[in-house]
Order: sequence, then structure tokens, then C-alpha cells
Amino acid sequence: MCLGIPAKLDSIDETADDFFRTGKISFGGISRTVSLAMLTDAKPGDYVLVHAGVALSVITEQEAATVFEYLKMSGELDEEGLPDT
Amino acid sequence: MNMKYISEYRNAGVVKKLLAEIEATVTRAWMLMEVCGGQTHSLVKNGILNMLPDKITMVHGPGCPVCVTPKSMIDQAVALALRQDVIMCSFGDMVRVPGSSKSLMQARSEGGNLRVVYSPLDAIKIARENPDKEVIFFAVGFETTAPANALAVLQAAKLNLNNFSVLVSHVLVPPAMEAILSDEFNTINGFLGAGHVCSVMGLHEYYPLAEKYKIPIVVTGFEPVDLLEGILMAVRQLEAGIATVENQYARVVRNTGNLQAQAVIQEVFKVADREWRGIGVIPQSGYKVREKYQLFDAEHKFSETKNIKVQELDAGCIAGEILRGIKKPVQCPHFGKGCTPLNPLGAPMVSSEGACAAYFHFSQAYETTS
Ligand code: SF4
Repeated sequence: MCLGIPAKLDSIDETADDFFRTGKISFGGISRTVSLAMLTDAKPGDYVLVHAGVALSVITEQEAATVFEYLKMSGELDEEGLPDT
Repeated sequence: MNMKYISEYRNAGVVKKLLAEIEATVTRAWMLMEVCGGQTHSLVKNGILNMLPDKITMVHGPGCPVCVTPKSMIDQAVALALRQDVIMCSFGDMVRVPGSSKSLMQARSEGGNLRVVYSPLDAIKIARENPDKEVIFFAVGFETTAPANALAVLQAAKLNLNNFSVLVSHVLVPPAMEAILSDEFNTINGFLGAGHVCSVMGLHEYYPLAEKYKIPIVVTGFEPVDLLEGILMAVRQLEAGIATVENQYARVVRNTGNLQAQAVIQEVFKVADREWRGIGVIPQSGYKVREKYQLFDAEHKFSETKNIKVQELDAGCIAGEILRGIKKPVQCPHFGKGCTPLNPLGAPMVSSEGACAAYFHFSQAYETTS
């Protein structure tokens, strides 16, 4: 629960105001909508760390790959029970 | 994703080199605690515990949010889940944790309406789709889930979503570290700080701790190379008689953390005393919903479930000693016998971040290398 999920930010929905701002992310073949309310300066193409559906930091592609592998190996991805919406 | 990136933090040559450097640096026995359950998992899984010089002992800290959520909070969640008018929403790893007599999963089998969600924002969606139900999100976790939980409350307030509330059991890492340090039996000489928690909150809370208790705190990542680097940095400080805050994980953790997230947390939550499972009440160690948002606070809204007393089934679980680093999982008489991940007696066996589950899953590797 404490480790973020790393993902690539594909697009940003600019229509909503700050607290409802969202973006589409993808990782490991899954894509989903996350909140960008607390990472308002993230740009499409950035890699982000997502905690409980909210993107909280921009990271490098290398770090994203590292954390992703870690989560996969430790079975955390199943545990998070990520629905692919 | 590209495999060449990954090997950099697992590289056997780098691991060997770091181990040799630690060996060359250490002259005395030191006890280090890793705070984060993800780090415990990685240390056990990668066999690092057995590679370290004998002088260095790693103790596993209370950094598993599932493990420290008190039974009384789970009892409340179970009581709410069993109400006809309620849809209870929870993170997946929380649902099998036993309360005084049952878990949320067991409440579901008795007819409770439970939904496993990945984000509290999913629970907001469920509340909008089910206006005739009370939708409650079981908001647990450390500083990493607090921004999402606070944001859910803000969104509910903006949407006038009167059928949404959060049952909050939030805990904070630095007060737990302080509680461990101020214990008269404390023997810990240094900390590996929790990397992702610091990416949200920054480092400022650790400087006063390092100074007051004269203890090195090295914010560290999760890969074998990260952990060994973190250990080396802590040992170098200890051997040189230095006690300060260092950041091994600077590629993710910035000194300030995420200021936007901190502002949202500040708006919705206030710091309050909280009970930790197996440890007891730690002053000013968690969050409660501010009065301003009490319409969205399940403890306020359903105050009748607040003091429910549930007959306790004493399973003889020694989670308290495990979480304070006093005992190792293998020292528990139930470990691997009466208590397994499929039939957990206590919370540390439930989540993969729990020390007991980590030891259980990798006990094979552990036995063959030790
Ligand atoms: S092995 Fe099971 S019973 Fe023993 S401390 Fe761990 S969770 Fe509790």
C-alpha cells in the first residue's frame, strides 16, 4: 500500500478544475484514469508515481521501470487489485 | 520497460562491492531499523539479511499500515459493513486482517456489503452511483495514502455528496520512530527512512529527530543496491560519530516532498493521538478529520459504532513485539504452524509488507542461505 505504482502519463483532461483534474496513465499494459490534483505541473509523456489513484511525483523512466519490476516480483501488483478501467 | 535499467540496482558486482565496503567500514556492532514494510520485504526476499556482516543487525520496523491498524478500528468497519444501508469500501490488503472476532471478508460472507477498491476516488464514484446507500471508505495507511483520502473528502464536499464518508485510521511515520527511540529498552542505532513516504512529506520532520536522539536517518529506496547503500551510509555515520539526515533515494525524494499534497492533507486532517496495533496509543501520531469536514467523517456520522465492544479472541499473536522490533517472526510459536498467510492469526502475516508474511514466503531461501 505504501509503494507507489509507476506509470506513464499519456494524456491530461484539461476540462476539470484543480481538485478534479485527471489524466490517463498506462503501465504494464493496463490503462486507467488517475487524479492529477496534486501534480498540476506534470506533462503528457512524464513518468509518475501513483498512490491510491493519485499521482504524487514525477520520476524518471528508469525509476519507473525499477519500481515496476519490484512490484511485479513481490506480488504487490496483484495485491493492489487494480481494476483496469 | 527496459531491463537494462533494472539490473543497475540488482547488479551482483555492485552488491558485492557494497558489501565489501560495509565490511571494511564496520568496527563495532550496530543495530539498524528499516521503517518501511516494502524494505523489510526486499531485505528478506533478496537474502540481504544473510549477506551482511555479523556486526550489523537489521530490525524490522512498524511500517506496514495493515499491521498497525488497531482491532477497534476493524471492529468499527465490520459493524458498519454489516448495516443494511452501507456499502463499505476498502483497500484490498485490509479485508483479511482479523479484528477482535472477524475480518471485513468474514463480514461480507455474513451478508455485509463490501467493495474492494484501489482508490478512495473509486468510492466517490460508487457513492454517486448509489444515492440511496451510505458509502464509507476505510481510510487507512501512512503518509502515502493520506493525500488520496484527503482529496476524496474535498471532492465529496464540492459535490455535496452527503452519502459519502471516510472511516479514518491514519498513522504517521516520524511519531512512531520517536516512540521507538524514547522507549527505555530501545537498542536501535540508526534508521533507514521510508523512501516513498518521504517523497510525499519531504525530509523536514527527520532533522529534529536525528538531532534529539543523536541517530543517523538515511532515507532509502527498495532495491538491493539502494538498501546496501543506505546501510553503508548509516554505518559510515555511526563509525564517524555523526548523526544526521541523508538521502540515498534522491532520484525520487526531494527535500520538500510534494507541497500540493501536504496542503490538501493540512486542509482536511489534523494531527491527533492514535492507537497502533500491538504498540498502544502514540501521542500525535496520526490524522483525524477536521471539524470543518465532519459531515464526511464516519466516526462522527455513525458515532454509535465508535465504542462497540467486541469479545476478543486471544490468539496469542506476538505482533506487538514484532512491530517494535523486539522479536523476529521465527520466534513466534505460531509462525508457520497455527499462523500462515492463508490462515493468519495476526496482521503481520496478512499483508506482503508484514514481517511475518515476508519471512514465511521466503523462509525456504532464508533457511538455505543461513
Ligand atoms: S507469526 Fe502470526 S501469530 Fe505469530 S506474530 Fe506473526 S502474525 Fe502473530
